[in-house]
Amino acid sequence: MQITMTVNGEEYTREVEPRMLLTHFLRDELGLTGTHWGCDTSNCGTCSVLMDGDPVKSCTVLAATASGHQIRTVEGLEVDGVLDPVQQGFSEMHGLQCGFCTPGMMMTARALLDENPNPTEAEIREAISGQICRCTGYATIVRSIRWAADHPAAATHTEEVAS
Amino acid sequence: MQVPAPFAYERATSVDHALELLERLGPEARLLAGGHSLLPMMKLRVAAPEHLIDLDPLAVQLGYIREQAGEVRIGAMTRHREILASDLLARRLTMFTDAERLIADPLVRNRGTIGGALCQADPAEDLSSVIAALQGRAVIRSRSGEREVAMREFHVGPYETVVGEAEMLIEVRVPLREGAGSAYEKVKRRAGDWAVAAVGAALWLSGGTIEGAGIGTTAVGGGVTSERAEAALVGERPAEEVFDRAAEIAAEDCDPVADQRGSVDYKRHLTAELTRRALRRAAARALGAEA
Repeated sequence: MQITMTVNGEEYTREVEPRMLLTHFLRDELGLTGTHWGCDTSNCGTCSVLMDGDPVKSCTVLAATASGHQIRTVEGLEVDGVLDPVQQGFSEMHGLQCGFCTPGMMMTARALLDENPNPTEAEIREAISGQICRCTGYATIVRSIRWAADHPAAATHTEEVAS
Repeated sequence: MQVPAPFAYERATSVDHALELLERLGPEARLLAGGHSLLPMMKLRVAAPEHLIDLDPLAVQLGYIREQAGEVRIGAMTRHREILASDLLARRLTMFTDAERLIADPLVRNRGTIGGALCQADPAEDLSSVIAALQGRAVIRSRSGEREVAMREFHVGPYETVVGEAEMLIEVRVPLREGAGSAYEKVKRRAGDWAVAAVGAALWLSGGTIEGAGIGTTAVGGGVTSERAEAALVGERPAEEVFDRAAEIAAEDCDPVADQRGSVDYKRHLTAELTRRALRRAAARALGAEA
C-alpha cells in the first residue's frame, strides 16, 4: 500500500506492507536510524518519536496509521547546525552514557517542554516514566531536561559544543 | 524482530464505513483503535486477523468527553491522555482520574483509547472496573441499530465481551449523581506495569447516609464488581467499621490466581486493604473533605 507522511517537515511517499511498523519505516525506508529499536514490546521507549507533537512508541504504531500525520524524530531536533536546547542540555549535564535511550528521551523532553516550559522535577520524571535508561540512574537525564528548560533560547553551533 | 503476520488494511472514514467493512469482511476482521493492546498481541502472533480496520481517522469524531442528560459521555476513541486531563471527570467522577494516572505510561496513554481498552477486556485492565463501579453503560452499534449494555454485563470472560462480530463500541455513558465521591486504588510493581490488584469505590450519600455504592475490582478474578460488598454499604453511615466489613466481603468475592505478581493470599489481602482505602477517599470526596 502507498503511504505518505511528513517526517521532520519533509513529505515522504513510499510503498510499504500494511504490517510495517513506524520504527522500521523510519529506519529502513527513510534511513533515519537515529530512532532506536529496542524491546519491541512498547516497554523501553527508545523508539519514541513525536506524532503530531505527542511522544509515541513507534514500535507500536503501524506506518500505515501514521500516514497523513506529522512525525518528528531526533534528526529533526537540530536545525541548520544549531542544536535544540534539549540536545545541548544532554551534552552539558551528561544526560547519556551508552546513548541507546537518548533519542527517545530527548524527543519526550522536547514534547514536555513544548507543553510545559517550566516543569518540576516530578513532572520531568513522570514524562519520561515510559522510558528505560540502564546507565544514568535517570538523575542526569532529569538535570539535562531541566537545563533545557532553563536555557530555552540556547543556540550553540554543533562545532562549539563538540569542542 | 517482532512483526505482525500479514493482513489486509482498511481505513475507516466514518462509523458507518467501519460497520460496513466489519459486515463485509466477516469474523476475521478486527478493529484497530490506539493499537496498544492489539498490535503487541499481533506482534507476538497471539492475534493474526486477516483484515485490520484502522479507526485512527475517527479519533476526532469519537474522541470526546461531554456532560449530557445527567451523565458523562465518553467517545470510544478518546485517548487515556484526554481522560486523565479532563476537568469534568476530575471534578465529578474522580475515580477515572485516579485510575488513569497509573495506567501504563504517558506515551502509551497518548495512543491507547478507552474503547480499545474495554474491548481488549484484559482481566487486569482498569477502566472496566472503574465504569462498572460507577454503574456506567456501553453503547454498541451495528448496521441495524444501537444497544446499551451495563458495563457489569459487558465482559463475557477474559478477553471476551458482548460486542458482536459486526458491532462496534462507540460510547461509554456514566451517570452523574449528587453527593457522590469515588476513588481508585492500585498497587503495581513498577511504573508502566499492570496492577497486582486494584479497587475502585463509589459512594452516593444522602443526608449523611450511603444511598448507593459501587465496588469494582481489577486483576483479582471473580466478577468485576462485588455486589455483596455494595449491599453491605447501603443504608449505613460512612465509618471505618462499615468499610472494614465491605472490604472483607470484597476480598471473599474475588478469585485471584497466583502469578509472578503475587500469591493468592497477598492479592486477597490487597483487595481488602485497597477497598478500605478507596472507600475512605470516596467518602471524603463525597463529603467535600478531599479533592
